[in-house]
Amino acid sequence: MKPAPFQYHAPHSLADALSLLAEHGYDAKPLAGGQSLVPTMNFRLAQPGILVDLNHIPGLAYIRLGSDGDLHIGAMTRHSTVEQDLLVAQHAPLLHETMPHIAHRQIRNRGTIGGSLAHADPSAELPSVAVALHARFRLQSQTGERWVAAADFYQGLFTTDLTPEELLVEIVIPPLPARSGYAFDEVARRPGDYAMVGVAAIVILDAAGRCEEARLVYLSVGEGPVSATQAAAALKGRQPSPDLLAQVAEIAATDDIDPVADIHASAAYRRQLARVLAQRTLARAFERAAGQ
Amino acid sequence: MTHTINVTVNGTAYQRTVEARLLLSDFLRHDLGLTGTHVGCEQGSCGACTILLDGEAVRSCLLFAVQVDGHELTTVEGLTPDWDMASTHEDLHPIQIAFREKHGLQCGFCTPGFLMTLVPFLAENPDPTEHEIRQAISGNLCRCTGYVGIVEAVKLAAELLREDDKVTG
Ligand SMILES: Cc1cc2nc3c(=O)[nH]c(=O)nc-3n(C[C@H](O)[C@H](O)[C@H](O)COP(=O)(O)OP(=O)(O)OC[C@H]3O[C@@H](n4cnc5c(N)ncnc54)[C@H](O)[C@@H]3O)c2cc1C
Ligand code: FES
Ligand code: FES
Repeated sequence: MKPAPFQYHAPHSLADALSLLAEHGYDAKPLAGGQSLVPTMNFRLAQPGILVDLNHIPGLAYIRLGSDGDLHIGAMTRHSTVEQDLLVAQHAPLLHETMPHIAHRQIRNRGTIGGSLAHADPSAELPSVAVALHARFRLQSQTGERWVAAADFYQGLFTTDLTPEELLVEIVIPPLPARSGYAFDEVARRPGDYAMVGVAAIVILDAAGRCEEARLVYLSVGEGPVSATQAAAALKGRQPSPDLLAQVAEIAATDDIDPVADIHASAAYRRQLARVLAQRTLARAFERAAGQ
Repeated sequence: MTHTINVTVNGTAYQRTVEARLLLSDFLRHDLGLTGTHVGCEQGSCGACTILLDGEAVRSCLLFAVQVDGHELTTVEGLTPDWDMASTHEDLHPIQIAFREKHGLQCGFCTPGFLMTLVPFLAENPDPTEHEIRQAISGNLCRCTGYVGIVEAVKLAAELLREDDKVTG
């Protein structure tokens, strides 16, 4: 099928883009990489009257390190750029480890970090990773800007805190403390396909090597990023061991998530994947934390 | 609402007036008559429509023609710019020669997409492992070959391109 007719605007400044969004409200849609929006338009699942192409706005694609160690990523930075960036590899290695799992190279060449985060697909990797990393998002509208924590940004299936007048313009990732480890893993039918289940894990050890804090955030098991808070609580204050990880993975897979069945996987299979992936990623995260 | 765009495709400059909703894949096929770019799914899944946008492999079904104003594109036709009726198979691009030799195609529907995916891949990875090759082609579907011939073709293509490199320095 072909997209329904629309008006196309390619503003050359952020101010012009924001004024178009303010003027047209729900009828307008920002166009970033188009790797999620255009397929839905081709199938006429989305029929925006106005497209505001963000690709000509200067200054929305960058990766830089703040003086406080925070990593700042412009919303229009392409997945491929994030994947290959050395600052990301060094300062947000969890994000670096995740990037190759997102779609295929041809799609990563166009798709953007901001587009993926704003799209809020429950099977997308980046929202869960952003929640695990305690990332903050800078949202801008004609009337000003505000900051939202990734965890508060996601409100349900394809639903975020963004209003139609706002753009996500920047993602800020704080550094992990000393004695921390991370891991990302997922199971998909083919490399690049949306995962049947995926998970981002972060652990922080205390001076005695016990788990001070754990974060385990799933994708593809609910309506958005799902934090396994009971599993994380069960790790707190404990010395990591294979037995403990098996117990914790069981809690994550049975108590923390409530996956549904679809054509890709049954609910029971998703729980099984969630269990295995929790064990795998936590083991790797603890290993990395201990090696630091 | 229509837009006038200027775009260079395979080295030739074109100016055309397009509707905003015209997909780049349809622009190439219908407006420019470059039917080598194939369209399988229009949802980004099959990879048949892969072309180069400023040297990078992208899905032409997920771009609007109006978006490539001022840019440079390469389609499969651009791999053999001097091809004519008198050409022989030696005049093909090394990746095409390898696909022909190693049975990297049967019906050929998916082939342009594979070729255009592989041009930048082999430029970045002149000596890829089989694992890297399989990762690189994971975004291209082939319903005929079972991929074994394609993987063999990529290995041979890498060899041919490395030899070419040696010759031309
Ligand atoms: C075959 C295929 C496989 C894929 N596999 C995966 C996968 O495994 N994992 C995965 O995560 N993704 C996958 N994707 C999606 C891909 O990652 C997209 O790049 C991403 O979801 C959207 O980013 P985009 O820049 O293309 O956004 P667009 O498609 O341009 O936009 C998506 C939505 O976000 C809005 N939007 C975009 N940017 C902003 C902004 N800055 N502020 C406010 N709103 C904005 C748009 O209006 C639209 O509603 C796949 C896509 C395809 C076609
Ligand atoms: S037609 Fe573009 S990916 Fe299938
Ligand atoms: S050769 Fe027929 S689809 Fe690949």
